[in-house]
Formats: sequence, C-alpha cells, structure tokens
Amino acid sequence: MELTYIKAINSALHEEMQRDENVFVMGEDVGELGGAFKATEGLLEAFGEERVIDTPISEALIIGAGIGAAVLGMRPVLEMQFADFISCAFDQIVNSAATLRYRHGGRAQCPIVVRAPSGAGIHGALFHSQNPEAWFTRVPGLKVVAPATAYDAKGLLKSAIRDNNPVIYFEHKRLYRSVKENLPEGDFTVPIGVAELRKEGADLSVITYGGTLAPALDAAKIVEKEDRLSVEVLDLRTLLPLDREAILATARKTGKVLIVHEDRLTGGIGGEVAAIICEHAFEYLDAPVRRLAALDTHTAFSPPLEEVILPNTNKIVDAIRNLAAY
Amino acid sequence: MALERDKHTAQRALLTLHEAQLLELYRRMVLIRQFEEKTAEMYARGKITGFCHLYAGEEAVAVGAIYALYDKDYVVSTYREHGHCLAKGADPKVVMAELFGKVTGISKGRGGSMHLFDQDLRFMGGYAIVGGGLPIATGLGLSVQYNEGPEVVCCFFGDGALPQGAFHESLNMASLWKLPVVFVCENNFYGMGTLVQNAICQEELYRFAQPYKMPGVRVDGMDVLEVYGATMEAVARAREGDGPSLIEAVTYRFRGHSMSDPVEYRSKREERIWQERDPIKNLRRKLTVERHVAEGRLGEIEAEVARQIDDAVKFADESPEPSVEELGKGVYAGS
Repeated sequence: MELTYIKAINSALHEEMQRDENVFVMGEDVGELGGAFKATEGLLEAFGEERVIDTPISEALIIGAGIGAAVLGMRPVLEMQFADFISCAFDQIVNSAATLRYRHGGRAQCPIVVRAPSGAGIHGALFHSQNPEAWFTRVPGLKVVAPATAYDAKGLLKSAIRDNNPVIYFEHKRLYRSVKENLPEGDFTVPIGVAELRKEGADLSVITYGGTLAPALDAAKIVEKEDRLSVEVLDLRTLLPLDREAILATARKTGKVLIVHEDRLTGGIGGEVAAIICEHAFEYLDAPVRRLAALDTHTAFSPPLEEVILPNTNKIVDAIRNLAAY
Repeated sequence: MALERDKHTAQRALLTLHEAQLLELYRRMVLIRQFEEKTAEMYARGKITGFCHLYAGEEAVAVGAIYALYDKDYVVSTYREHGHCLAKGADPKVVMAELFGKVTGISKGRGGSMHLFDQDLRFMGGYAIVGGGLPIATGLGLSVQYNEGPEVVCCFFGDGALPQGAFHESLNMASLWKLPVVFVCENNFYGMGTLVQNAICQEELYRFAQPYKMPGVRVDGMDVLEVYGATMEAVARAREGDGPSLIEAVTYRFRGHSMSDPVEYRSKREERIWQERDPIKNLRRKLTVERHVAEGRLGEIEAEVARQIDDAVKFADESPEPSVEELGKGVYAGS
C-alpha cells in the first residue's frame, strides 16, 4: 500500500497501540485535532482518550510525566509539536530520562519515545525549522533516530516504541507529504543502530540522513550522468548509536567522503562521523573528509535567504565535483 | 477546600495512634538525625566526598508524610533525600554505602548522595535538578490512574522549586486530571542562601494550591504528628480519586545548604530559636508528658539506632569500590 511518510508514522502508532495496550500517546493537540501535522489522526477514535491524551502546552511536564509512566511499565509516545520546543523539556530528557537506568544501578528502565518534528525548508523561520539532533547525540542513555523514507519512518518508530531505552525520534516535516512509497502489509521493523546503503558506488561516498537523503540521491544521479562519477550514498538512519562499521566500510571502499546534513555545520553529527573516519580509516583516504551542512546561522524566514542557508541538490552536486577533483 | 491549618490535627494523632506507632515515628526521626550526623562526620573525615545536603532539622516532614503512606505508595524526592529514602524503608547500610560511592550502595555507587533510587521500595528517586521530580511524580500518578491502581504518589520538593516552571506545569496537570499525587513542599525558608520572600512573590506557599483548584494547607513541619495528620487527609483524598493536594510544611534545616555552606546568611539567634523547636525533642516531650512513655524506652531506641548507624558505616567502609569493568553497565537497557 502506498503511504506518505506521515501516514507511515500514523500507521506505526495505530499498529503499536493495537499490539500493546501499554502504548499511549500524549502531547499538545494530539487527540481531537490529530496533531498539528495529523500524525496522530484517528487514534482518539480508535483508542479513546485514556490512551490518546491531549496535554496543556507544558513540554517539561509531557516528558516528565512520560518518564513517570514509563518507569512503571507504560510505553508513552510523547509528541513535541515542533522539535524546536524540545528545549523546554531538555532537563527532563537529558537529566531525568537519559540517566534513569544508571541512577538505579541498572535496575530500572525508561522506555519513552519522543517524537520531534524537525527540519527546515517550509519557511518556518527560527523557532519552527531547527534540526536539534546534535543536542542529544552526545548523551549516553539516549538513542536518536532520524528516518528519511516512509519505510524507515514506520519501521524505526515501531522499533523505538519496543525499545527499552528513551528514544528521540526526529521526523522531518518537509518529508511528511513529499515522500511516499509502497509499504509491505503487516508488521515490520527497522533496527536501531543500523545504517542503510541507499546506492552503491565506487568513486566517492556521501553519508547523510533525514531531510538531505533525497537531494543527495538526486545529486548522485546528476553527477553519474553528467560527470560519469559513481557515487555511494549511505543513510545513517540512527544517529546514536552510530553504525561505525557501515561508515568505515564505505570510507574504505571509495576513499573520498562527503558528509551532508541539514543541521548546522559546527557541532553537527558530521563532525563525529568525520572524526571516526579520520581515526580509523585514514590510510584509505584519498582526500580530506568534507562536510556540507546548514550555515552556522539562524534559519531566516526570507525564502531566498533560507535557500542560501540550507544544503540542496545543487550544492551537493558542487561539493561532489570538488571532492572528486581533489 | 481547607486552606486554614487545623490546629487539632497533631493532638488528635497523639491521642489516637498506638504507642508502638508513636515510637516508630520517634525511631525513624532519630534514625535520620543520627544518620545525618554520622554523614557529616564521615564527610569531615574524607570518607564521603562531593556534594552532600543534610536533612537534620526537617525529619518530621519526611517521617510524618511517609508514615501516612502504604508501602506500595510511591515517593519522589529532591537532592536532600537521605531522610525520605530512609523513611521509606531503605536500609541505612546501602544508603551509607552509596554516599561512600561503594558498589554495595543503593545505586551501586553511581549516583551518590543526590541520586538515591530504589524502585523495589517505590522510592522513585532523588532529583538533583530543583523541581525536576514534580513532572515525574505527575507521570507516576498518571500511570496509577490509567491502571486503576490503589497507589498514591507523594512528591517532596523545597521552597526553591516553586518559581520553577515544572512546579506549575505539574500542579496544573495533576489537578486537571485529578491524579493521585500529594505535593509536599518543605519550606525551610532558604533556596540555598536566598530567603523565600526574596524569591517568591507569595511567601505563603500553600496558597499556590488555590489557583490550581486543590486543597492547600500549611502545617508545622517541626511537628511530626501534624505533618502525619495533614498527609493522611491528602492521601485519603488522592486514593478516593479526588485528586491532588498541596501541603506546605514549614521547617528548618539545622545545617547549611550543603556541606560546603558556612551559613553566613542566617543569624545565630534565628538558628537557636529553631533548634529549640527540634522535631525530635518536640515528640519526645509529648511522648513523655502526654503519653507517659518512659525516658528509658526512648533511650533504648536511640542506642539501638546508634548501633545500626555504626553497622552502616562499617558496611560502607568495608565494601569494595565499583569495578572499572562495570563502568558502562546500566547506561542502556540490556546492559
């Protein structure tokens, strides 16, 4: 059945709530309204208000209450209406959820999922466009995923719900309705911590995830046709823990790596990926590891400015050509 | 909504509780006091390091409130939580070992003084971020309500938590959903060194209950029987499904904010006045004068607790350090 990225999320929620009555969703306008982006549409009708809980605008409370419920065996899926608002709940995620098991000497667990609609390119400006994944990718105890396809959106959300750790699930808003694909009927999951090779190639590797996977694949096609370059594209899918083997395998194979993400350059996960490659595959490299990311500035509202700030297909094509020529 | 303090609560408890129950209240307060005094001693001797916040002076709040709970009820606490953890039934040995950072500690030496946690005891953690425990207590209440359980959640926090957003988010939601939570504010007048009236526009903290449409009451936090009586009412209300309450227990910490605080912001006179209101002496007087308990019986309890504390120190001192091989364990589920 052909599903959009957002419908894939919705269908994962339906199926997991059906499968396990401990799963419930909670967030701002997730019930009657079905969520700001309609990710939770139809859940209230199907599962009732006990399991589809509309909350006040209280992000710290949404996460904190989720933690309290999770430690007693519930499996809350907590929606931050926009990933940008997650900053209001930062303490609860980083201090309370991530450390809970450790604080209890490994004898308790905190299986929450935080759904965080992230990403730019929809003219949301400063507080509705951020990609704050790197705030969390350095926090032990958390897992961080960022699906780029409808299949992964569904499979990773199911895995996140079934995981016994707190998982931050970054869903890219621009992909909600622009990405669609035929999904298999029935239950399937996508493992957390495993990257996916989207395209094989020999000359150069592009490592990316989330909102920049599609432009990276487009760019690979363009340079293949126009420059006869064979480009490999690796989709990280999980940002914590990183799939180090897959990263090193592609770096060793092609010897040239371009890392692309929509998060800002400085402090983005790309720096960590580059460091892994430089530390463990240096002798295979034929060129410095390059990064293409959002500029180190705020996401401007002005559409032409936003265009300059974000990576896109043309910029990836240029970066590939530069790196290939090194 | 009973917003005025019921002055007869303590007297009623004194007259209706069995002698064994009153002695148990006394024992628990003495246990906490002696534990904290020994902790200070061990800190001075370098056996305990790091940040350490003692509960001496506030014993009546933890003991009175927790005595109004069943074992199956949940407690959420703060970074000044040795007292709550002991009152909930933790073995002083494992708490002391945790303070020593030993592998036999309640959190295997990973949390230390500020992060005690024992889900088996339903002691759901000391939260070292001011106000951080309130949303979690609310969530525990949500889970209890969803599962139609009989449990109640008792959430302790200090006056310093009231200006935090988490306080207001939690009271709003707990009241809106009628969750079985009892919020116990320990007003010891100082958020570290800042006087409560310099931090909060409404210094009668129980009045914050009113806008959140729940009963609020101010009790004498130096009187274990008054705390117990007020908490019994709040717990009964929560268990009946009538929602949360806010109890403000006015109390005083006999020591500084932490072990490194010279307490220059309080006058000696003020400290003396509060020391005269010592909750343990307070109960001792009531027991001997109004219930005719022999001084010797109380002395026996004190001696018994002293032996227990000595055993705890010996246990902590002789326990091994956590091994480096265990470093990564417990970070993720399955490890």
